[in-house]
Amino acid sequence: MRDFYGTTLDTPMMLGTARYPSPKVMEEAFRESRASVATVSLRREGGGGEAFREMVRALGIHVLPNTAGCHTAREAITTAQMAREYFETDWIKLEVIGNDDTLQPDPFGLVEAAKALCDDGFKVFPYTTEDSVLAARLVDAGCRVLMPWGAPIGSGQGLNNPFGLKALRAAFPDIPLVVDAGLGLPSHAAQAMEMGYDAILLNTAVAEAQDPAAMARAFGLAAEAGALAARSGPMPVRDMAQPSTPVIGKAWL
Amino acid sequence: MADVTILGAGVAGLWAARACLAQGMIPRLVDRAGAPGPHGCSWWAGGMLAPDCEGAVAEEPVIRHGRDAAAAWAEVTQVTHRGSLVLAPARDRADLTAFARRTSGHETLDRANLKSLEPDLAGTHDAALFFAAEAHLDPRQALADLTASLAAQGVEIEQTELDPADIPGPLLDCRGFTAHKALPSLRPVRGEMVVLRSNEITLTRPIRLLHTRHPLYVVPRAGGLFMLGATQIESGHKAPITARAALELMSTAYALDPRFAEAEIVEMGADLRPAFPDNVPRVVQRGQTLHLNGLFRHGYLMAPALAKQAAAFLATGEKGDLFDED
Repeated sequence: MRDFYGTTLDTPMMLGTARYPSPKVMEEAFRESRASVATVSLRREGGGGEAFREMVRALGIHVLPNTAGCHTAREAITTAQMAREYFETDWIKLEVIGNDDTLQPDPFGLVEAAKALCDDGFKVFPYTTEDSVLAARLVDAGCRVLMPWGAPIGSGQGLNNPFGLKALRAAFPDIPLVVDAGLGLPSHAAQAMEMGYDAILLNTAVAEAQDPAAMARAFGLAAEAGALAARSGPMPVRDMAQPSTPVIGKAWL
Repeated sequence: MADVTILGAGVAGLWAARACLAQGMIPRLVDRAGAPGPHGCSWWAGGMLAPDCEGAVAEEPVIRHGRDAAAAWAEVTQVTHRGSLVLAPARDRADLTAFARRTSGHETLDRANLKSLEPDLAGTHDAALFFAAEAHLDPRQALADLTASLAAQGVEIEQTELDPADIPGPLLDCRGFTAHKALPSLRPVRGEMVVLRSNEITLTRPIRLLHTRHPLYVVPRAGGLFMLGATQIESGHKAPITARAALELMSTAYALDPRFAEAEIVEMGADLRPAFPDNVPRVVQRGQTLHLNGLFRHGYLMAPALAKQAAAFLATGEKGDLFDED
């Protein structure tokens, strides 16, 4: 398994901490998902979110703070610096939103912020599109993980552009890739992992399920199933049927 | 001489006093700030008595005990029994279906039904869920009425700052988040609200607008007032409402009914709700002290039941289901 800035994860599941009915339900969902990374936002809770941050730390897994809600490179950089102080980690999931309706990343602001943060010693996990040119710019900026979207955040649409995601995987064989955002069903998670992605990151599909803990378990299992399949050498897809036992010589009545 | 001291005269403390009187005990009711007012988070509540709607995300005890709240309140204040309505913007209609699946006690309304219930909404919405058994009240009026009914029974709110450690005998600690040092799992959840006045809009029951980013409820009050609430932010930052929260609450209200654009802004507020990790209010016993806390967004819904169980324990030693094990 590819490592994330020198850290090997036990499972390919990353889970967000927003929108759960209660912290207790969140804690159950994390346990059931076997997630190895918890993402947490800073922007709105700010300095007053200490009690909640303590609950996130108490999950006992890697914490990946994010810059959700930031619309400019400058805002994202400031938020990242706050996050580093609050969580004592140099990991940052970098989001710079370019369109408030689709929550698409702003590619220009993203590269600008990624460069500044990498230069400042951050380990940047950029939330990006599947565009491979943008991906190359992010790697040039110093990013050693890429997090392309599956579909717009919170939309639950799954992998909107499987071709683009496969091409990205092929273009960056050595960079850990995480499908982040847009996953709605466990099958989407399995599909991403079967493509050779290194992890998935989601939040809404679990937090807003009727039974978040059960859905978390379903996603965790699907991600691990997909990862296992990818490692197991999937058979090639063929146009011709190929019987698994020979037809000739078979007894028939 | 009082049989029991109650600290905190918010919605929990006032109900605790009433429940103690009902058990034949004489309470001493103490609050460092005196009568209910903007210093306590009960002041900023919406006043919806909506256990079925809350059931979309709340745990079972909140739904079950919450169903008794309207009758309890009706003994002391005016409760409006007109149900509540849940709407969704046209593009988020699936959210209405999901909400219906997670709740009970509702019927689905089409435009014609909606028009007969709330004519002002029928122009902009063509589907809704109606929770007929739910009710609402005006929280500030309810606090005043409850305070007055206690005074009529000889219980005045004493304005003093007391250290819980100095109080002899049984103590009901109803101080909300102020008591967090004794309750390590208690956390603050920030809420922000806006009150608008409009003489153009008529609504007779609480309306919830489901919205993936900015859910909103609107509670009508006398005099053309509408309370818009409420944000729910995992933060203990006690500061005035943010521009963003005001913007979001008001623009979602505008989406509900564009005439809100011309409404007057009467008031904006923010405070911290005390909550336990499962967001269920409970009674926590610590020696001679019972903490009634963690009322979260369910203060008006759960204070009567919580108080009743605490008072029953003092009178009989029997622990209700809202007692915490720890």
